[in-house]
Amino acid sequence: MTIIILLIGISLTIALVFLGGFIWSMKSGQYDDTYGPSVRMLFDDKKSSKKKSQ
Amino acid sequence: MLQSSNLLKEVPQRQAENTCYHCGQPCETDSFTVDEKSFCCYGCKTVYEILAENDLCEYYNFETAPGVRSDSEYEDAYTYLNDDKIKNKLLIFHIGDHARVQFHIPSIHCISCIWLLENLNRINSGVIKSEVNFSKKTAVIDFDASKISLGSVAALLASTGYRPLISLEGELREKKESTSNKKLLIQLAVAGFCFGNIMLLSFPEYLGIDHLDVSLQKIFSYLNVALAIPVLLFSGADYFTSAFKSFKQRQVNIDVPIALGILVLFARSASDILMGTGSGYMDSLAGLVFFLLIGRWFQDKTYENLAFDRDYKSYFPLAVYRKNLDGWKATLVHELKKGDQVRIRNKEIVPADSLLLTDVAQVDYSFVTGEAKPVEIKAGELIYAGGRVVGQPALMTIAKETSQSHLTNLWNNDVFTKPDSRNYKTLMDKVARVFTWSVIGLAIATGLFWWWFNSEHVWLIVTSVLMVACPCALALAAPFTYGSMLRVFGRNGLYLKSADVVENMAAIDSIIFDKTGTITHGSKNISWRGTITKEELQMVRSVASCSTHPLSVLLAQNLKDSLDTTPTKFTEYPGEGIQGIVSNQVIRIGSSAFVGSTENEGYSRVYISIDGVVRGFFEVGTTLRPGVSELASRLGNKIKALLSGDTSADEDRMREVFPAGTQMAFQQSPQNKLDYIENLQKEGAHVMMLGDGLNDSGALKQSHVGIAVSDDTGVFTPACDGILSGTKLFYLDRFLSLSKSALTILKISLGISLAYNVVGLSFAVTGHLTPLVAAILMPISSISVVVFTTFMVNLVSRRVLS
Repeated sequence: MTIIILLIGISLTIALVFLGGFIWSMKSGQYDDTYGPSVRMLFDDKKSSKKKSQ
Repeated sequence: MLQSSNLLKEVPQRQAENTCYHCGQPCETDSFTVDEKSFCCYGCKTVYEILAENDLCEYYNFETAPGVRSDSEYEDAYTYLNDDKIKNKLLIFHIGDHARVQFHIPSIHCISCIWLLENLNRINSGVIKSEVNFSKKTAVIDFDASKISLGSVAALLASTGYRPLISLEGELREKKESTSNKKLLIQLAVAGFCFGNIMLLSFPEYLGIDHLDVSLQKIFSYLNVALAIPVLLFSGADYFTSAFKSFKQRQVNIDVPIALGILVLFARSASDILMGTGSGYMDSLAGLVFFLLIGRWFQDKTYENLAFDRDYKSYFPLAVYRKNLDGWKATLVHELKKGDQVRIRNKEIVPADSLLLTDVAQVDYSFVTGEAKPVEIKAGELIYAGGRVVGQPALMTIAKETSQSHLTNLWNNDVFTKPDSRNYKTLMDKVARVFTWSVIGLAIATGLFWWWFNSEHVWLIVTSVLMVACPCALALAAPFTYGSMLRVFGRNGLYLKSADVVENMAAIDSIIFDKTGTITHGSKNISWRGTITKEELQMVRSVASCSTHPLSVLLAQNLKDSLDTTPTKFTEYPGEGIQGIVSNQVIRIGSSAFVGSTENEGYSRVYISIDGVVRGFFEVGTTLRPGVSELASRLGNKIKALLSGDTSADEDRMREVFPAGTQMAFQQSPQNKLDYIENLQKEGAHVMMLGDGLNDSGALKQSHVGIAVSDDTGVFTPACDGILSGTKLFYLDRFLSLSKSALTILKISLGISLAYNVVGLSFAVTGHLTPLVAAILMPISSISVVVFTTFMVNLVSRRVLS
């Protein structure tokens, strides 16, 4: 039965990693704008002849 | 850009006559027209032009695009931002030459807006990077401070059609709101995580296989305790603080029995598990908090990008030009002192009561009074704060500081100094009070009974009662009923500030309207009275199009299809009218005296004379919004009054529309309106006020429900409880009856959840509340209440609104 305890430990750890991932993505503002990125990815990068500053 | 251009062009294929070729939205004016295609905004037009140009040649130079010329008018208007004090307040950070600023831009509305704003670096090389947040309508712009100043960045935005809305207080509020919203979501995530895992670990218990391995069972229970601790201390923390606060105020709200229930659930379960007498109710505890937080999140999801709490400061400019010893310098408005000399330009707002120094100035008081027609002020006369200078720039000396001005005095009224003077009791507050005392009474009664009957079980029974009485379903009923109703309203053009407003709306028995801008359209329509030929109208248009006076602009917009003739010898007579010569005919447009008419000047009339002969006049602006007269007859005697800041010129027309008992008062000051509502309230009426301008804001705040009527929900509205789209004004009676239905639905669902509590209590008082019963009863009651309210609200609203 010790194998169950081990499995539960592993599953809880994985779940905690995902929870941490969610909290991180929340705090880093990934849910602030749910519309913008969906269209932004469709914009082509124009080859700019000007050098970017920095 | 090819991909996106294909994407963008799919929408406009079905363009109707007056919709934007680019994004499909209706066009307000016809001033954005290229290649015989009309556009709703500068952004769409610009992107179209760029696309069109792009199709022709592979490489194009953005700066030569005609749509993005930097306008010197804008350039000047934002130079005050370069003042160090203002700059430091606005910039997010500033290291070396690299600076970052966030602007709120209400006009962001489509894909092309994002595209254009994020390509600002191609228009001006000083911009390093810009990123748009579409849902918040903000743009974060990184720029090289050595190449471009903050003022120029704002001017660049304005010149592309995206005027930034700059207010120092707005930024602070936004930050606070977003962090509290994030915290709630994280609390919800933690509760959900713990709930799921506790359920998983409780499965052996549910299935009755606990006898198989006692030691394993014990480990599971201890894990449950560990998982329940973050739920208790982090996710449920707000309920404890709320309950504690309500104790301090000697009131009982719904959070008190919830907090008590959570606490007892944890204490009982922990003691059961640690003493080895049972497996505890940790799954119920985590589920309870999880469901409650979902309810709270649902309720909190109001309209983030609408501002409901603007005060006069957000209307006033941040800074104006003051004459210092070393010339004109931008100065923050609150630093202005009596006697300072300031210069206010076209379309800027006078920040404080001032005396005019220039010979003559046109001031538009529509912000303050609702009256659309500009007033002429002569040198030495007083201009009240809130007036907008139209036309020539005006010099003036400050007569009173901003905080003591005529208009701002209104905000010193009691209504505005108290955070929320309408300290009403909601239905939930009343229910919660009765409920809490009954639960406590019942717990004591059963405790006494069992103490006398079998004193060993007292602790178990009393805790069971308190646990099962925890009003989860009860607490979910209100957020889901009002929240769903809020969504239905939002889909139909009424945006309410919070769920409580729905309940206030249900009690409304008196409705008061403002006139201009509320039940009448913003002056977009003109009607002609007199005789004139088509050719002559063309000539009038060509003269009118030379002037920047708002009435001229309006005339030029309404008289379309001009043969672009330019008048010779165009002259503007400030405060009187304009004159121009087209095809050797002298055309005069202006006041009745100016054109030589003897008629009495009515409200907002523009007279026309050709070669000295008076032809008639255009009447501007006061067309009723669609459906208002039907709405008035449906509302009947609920309409108590029409309060207008205007002259009584329209009274007869309004009498036709409104029912006989309606009181009509004209030339009402903001204070008059506020007093009127206060008097009605003293007689016990529940008053709803509908207004639009700054002059209504006192009345909106004083009334039980203050609704701002607006044509564009993104622009300025005064502080209010809700914003109603002007095109949906005729739905008002339906919205009112829907709020009544919402209250009925809430009462029914309260009944349902109380029934669940009674069932649960019957288990508890007899001592049969096992963890399994609790684990089944709690989610079922919550989910059924949520499903019932959501379903009913949508059913009722579909019936009423279709």
